[in-house]
Formats: sequence, C-alpha cells, structure tokens
Amino acid sequence: MKPFTTLDALAMPLDRANVDTDAIIPKQFLKSIKRSGFGPNLFDEWRYLDRGEPGQDCSDRPKNPDFVLNRARYQGAQILLTRDNFGCGSSREHAPWALEDYGFRALIGTSFADIFFNNCFKNGVLPIVLPAAQVDELFRQCEATDGYRLVVDLAAQTVTRPDGTAIKFDVDPFRKECLLNGWDDIGLTLRHAEKIRAFEEKRRAEHPYYFA
Amino acid sequence: MEAQTLYEKLWSSHVVHEEADGTALIYIDRHLVHEVTSPQAFEGLKLAGRKPWRVSSIVATADHNTPTDHWERGIEDPVSRQQVETLDANIREVGALAYFPFKDSRQGIVHVIGPENGVTLPGMTVVCGDSHTSTHGAFACLAHGIGTSEVEHVMATQCLLQKKSKTMLVKVDGKLGRGVYAKDIALAVIGRIGTAGGTGYAIEFGGSAIRALTMEGRMTLCNMAIEAGARAGLVGVDDITIDYLRDKPFAPKGEVWNKAADYWRTLKSDEGARFDRIIELDASAILPQVTWGTSPEMVETVAGRVPDPAEISDPVKREGVERALKYMGLAPNTPISEIPVDQVFIGSCTNSRIEDLREAAAVAKGRKKASSVKRVLVVPGSGLVKRQAESEGLDKVFMEAGFEWREPGCSMCLAMNADRLEPGEHCASTSNRNFEGRQGAGGRTHLVSPAMAAAAAVAGRFVDVRELS
Repeated sequence: MKPFTTLDALAMPLDRANVDTDAIIPKQFLKSIKRSGFGPNLFDEWRYLDRGEPGQDCSDRPKNPDFVLNRARYQGAQILLTRDNFGCGSSREHAPWALEDYGFRALIGTSFADIFFNNCFKNGVLPIVLPAAQVDELFRQCEATDGYRLVVDLAAQTVTRPDGTAIKFDVDPFRKECLLNGWDDIGLTLRHAEKIRAFEEKRRAEHPYYFA
Repeated sequence: MEAQTLYEKLWSSHVVHEEADGTALIYIDRHLVHEVTSPQAFEGLKLAGRKPWRVSSIVATADHNTPTDHWERGIEDPVSRQQVETLDANIREVGALAYFPFKDSRQGIVHVIGPENGVTLPGMTVVCGDSHTSTHGAFACLAHGIGTSEVEHVMATQCLLQKKSKTMLVKVDGKLGRGVYAKDIALAVIGRIGTAGGTGYAIEFGGSAIRALTMEGRMTLCNMAIEAGARAGLVGVDDITIDYLRDKPFAPKGEVWNKAADYWRTLKSDEGARFDRIIELDASAILPQVTWGTSPEMVETVAGRVPDPAEISDPVKREGVERALKYMGLAPNTPISEIPVDQVFIGSCTNSRIEDLREAAAVAKGRKKASSVKRVLVVPGSGLVKRQAESEGLDKVFMEAGFEWREPGCSMCLAMNADRLEPGEHCASTSNRNFEGRQGAGGRTHLVSPAMAAAAAVAGRFVDVRELS
C-alpha cells in the first residue's frame, strides 16, 4: 500500500449527503477482475451525460458541465470535501479504488459509512471526520476561493487552511501507523500466526461442528 | 458475571489478539465468496505467494452476474462471463468446503444458500465481500460485509482486523398487523433512525414481534441492518432458530447436534445486559411501507404522501429531498398511492426466500398483472427455493397472474446481469437499495415487502395490500 504522510493539494466540494457507493462507482464497472483503472468511471452517472459501459474510452464521452468534478477550477483536486454518511451502501472496494485512481488521497466529511471507511485505509486513502461546523466552513471557503488548497499532515493529525490555521482530527493509532508506513495488513497479522493457530486448535476442540 | 449482550459474547469468543488501541484480530469461522469481490483477492494472494489459511471455511457461489433466464445460452455478456469463470478457476485451484457454481442445482444468492445449507451456524463469525452479509446475524452469527482487501486478509490469515462496535437494541414489541411484514419493520426502523443511525453499531433486534418472526423474516430484518448503517444485525437463538437448522445439509448431526444446540441456546443477550442505545417500536403501529426517494430512509406508509421540501428547514436535508424528488420524477405532496409502477421485482437477498414467495403468491393468486405494468420478475433466491416454490405450485400462481418465473440470482436488485430498469421507469422492488441508478441507469426504485410488490403489480400503482385481501 502507498504510504500517506502529508498531502498539500487542491480541495473539491461535493455538497450532497448520503453519497452511496453505487454513485461512486456504478455496478457495471464491478465486472472488472482488476484493482486499477476505475478513475475514469468515478461518479460515472453524475459525471457523464451518456450511459457508461466497461472498457469504453471515456475521453470523448459527453460530460455533465453542472457536476462539480468537471469544473475547470477543480481539475487536479486530491482532497474531497463530503457530507454526512459518505460511502454508504455496498462493501465494494471499487469505491476507494476509483477515488484513489482518480487522484483523491484524502476525504474530509462529517461521517463515513463503516465498511467504506475501513476500505479507504486499506488503499492509502485517508478519510477525516470533522465536526459539522468545521466541515461547513471548509465548504464555504472552498466554494468561495479559487485554487483552495489544504495541507493534511497525518503524523500531526492536522488539516491546515490557506490562512495557516490548523484543524486537529482524530484517527485510530493503529490505522495511523499502518497508513504512515504503508504497511501490508496481512504481513502484520501473520506475525501473530502462532497465536492464530493456537486459537484455532482450541476452538476446533470445543466446537468441532464449525470445522466440519 | 456481568450481564452480556449477544454481541459481546460473540466478540469475546473470537478475539485472537488485541492492540493497545483496541484494534483486535478476530477469528473467522465462515468465509462466503462470490464472483464480484473475490477475483482481486485471489490474485493478491497468488502474487504474494500465499495460500489460504483454512480452505474448509470457504463456501462460494456465483450470483451477481448470472442470468435469470435462458441458462442454456450461458452468460452472454463476455465481461460477466469472465468474472464468473474466474471464480470457477480460483475455486478449482484453491478449493472450498462447498461451491455452487452457475447452473448448479443449489446455486443461488450467497446470503440465501448459506443458511439453507446449514453452512451458517449460530455462534460463528461470518464474512463475505458483500455488505448484506449482515443477513446471517439472524442466526446469532457475528456477520458482516468486508472489502476485497479484507477478503484477501481473511483468506491469508483466517482473521479480520476489527474494532469493537457499539451496541444498539431495536426492541419491537406487540403484534404485527395483517399485511405487515419484517420488511416493513426494517423500513420503519430506517425511517426512524436514518441510514447513518446505526453507523458504528451492531444492531440486535429483540422484543415479542421479533421472537414471533420466522427465520426468513429475521433474515430480512438483519439484511437491512446495513441500510441503517450497521455492519451487523443480530437476533438471539430460540427454538425457531434451532428448528430451522435441524437436518440442513451441513448442520451437525446426532450427538454433535445436541451438544451444538445446547451451546447455541446460550447465544442471546443476558437479562439486564446494557446496550449503548435502545430504540423501541410498537409492532401494531407499523403500517405497510413504501420508499419514495433515493435513500432507504426516504420512506412513508402507503397511506402517506411524498414530502414537500418547502417544509424542511435544514438546507442540506432540503436539497437532498429536492434532488431525490427530481430524480424520482415526483411532485411534492404526491400521495404514495398515486405513484404508477412500470416494473415489479420480487427477489434479492432481502426477500427471495420461500416465505417471501408465498406472501407474494397469496396476493397474486387469482389476479392479473395490470396492463400498464411492463414486467413483473419473480426471482427465487436459490435453486432450492425455486424447487420448493414449484412443489407448492407457486410458479403457476405467478405465471397465471402474468408474472415471469425466473432462475435464481441477484438479478435486478443491482442489475449487474441483463435484468434492469430503463431510464425513468418506476419499480416496486423487494430489494434493499433505492439509490440512483441501482436497478439500471435512470431507474426509479421503491422498496416494499413482497406482498406490497405483488399488490402493486396487480394494481399498477402502490396500494395497501390489506385492501386487496
């Protein structure tokens, strides 16, 4: 996994609540057996005016000019401002894959759906939860200011605004450590292989019917 | 010992290791696998030169991409076919306790085949790369959906990295009225707490109305826990649970069964156990539900009207409702009963089990699909459900009513196969998500119970099923 340390990047506001994973990456793209290449289909149904199909060249598809992602001022954005319950719905990891493939490395919002939140950390994408008043303010400033950039510092757990003021955020110490170092979870877990084996043997003895 | 919730019992019996911040490694008993979220995990495993930790924990099926008619033609979409064939090849190479491939007589939706084959057993941890894994919590399993990286992690280590959830008790007491089902309870709960109301929680469903539900009803309820934001839904074990599992193909037999059943009966919350949050509902006050918007929390009773954004003060909420009404093509204050229905879908991991089909058939019997309704799809959850329904003559009831009787699979719940809505079409659907484009780009989904779906098929609009029977 790509480590996440600091990110100094353009922010883009996506001002709607309950953005579900079907909206982030529609189902027809889930037929891929690969992990990469989902970026051009991120938010496909909002972003394009025609119906997207897997394997298509997206460069000449008609774009929806009203969708925020298509505005010139947000090209190259790597930080996504979101509202309540972003990433709700399906467990498809294709959602963080698509966000990451497009270029988003950090998401800032009031709340994220559990499975999506988890999936982000496995892919070097940092979801940051902030109180509603602070998220509101970031939305206001971002919409009012061309070229609005934020600096995310994971080690310091801060989001710094263009005026230099920093907002602190919380993150699980274990997840933070993994993300900072780009550690592979499986490798980490396998350090406990002995313990897993011992647990399994005990469970098998007590509840053999789970192992039939 | 301190009184424990069912969730705490399941959690503590699976912790292998705990980090200082509470992140734990929990042991996984059952790993359900389907074709959509597994190929990258199998590939990752192979690239890293790793082997699955315990192949006998894996039960697999192909369900999302499979067609529901003309099986003799195979899977015509080459991209779908490749995904299903990739699963075939991966299971051939790696192995599994059981595999129900496309066209197998026991193939079906992963959350239907687990319980009906007895591979879902009380006290297990169950995972699947699918958010509706919460379904299995109906059997007092700690069951939740995981992403593909976690699928690979479970294959490689038999464990999942997890933090303990908070606990919520949804207590539903009293008796459900005629024409009101588990699906209506689920939608009423989501309408009450919202689609993020359960985020961070495991929801246990309790109370006399839950105890009175069949296993099918409990599965419907736990299935929808994820739509309330909760990764896991739970129902404690009772006689109904035990009776359902007896003689299922993979359930223990003889002396082992007795020992298992004794343990399973302890899998319920202790008297006086403390929950972080408690929600109470009166079952007798719940009416048939219909969603009108693009999130399951946008729900009303069949007697209600769609909301008027002008009456909503919170600007984010108001814009959400305005956007939903525009997408759904509905004017503010439209009575639910005046929404016309173009297609009907009876199926999905929420409502495709035998009891669901019986409820729909009871409404369809002796009636005809309205001529304005283009198509009514009835998609059984599995080959076993299909054969059971046919042995009861339900297929004939549906076909005589002008409904289409299909082969099992996920079908138009998410429209990864050929079954889908056309832009602008309204669908009465027994599935779980009414998100934009979920059943086909531009399609408009209204979530309802199987009985309400059948009633909508007959009337061509939403009607209170109690008026029909």
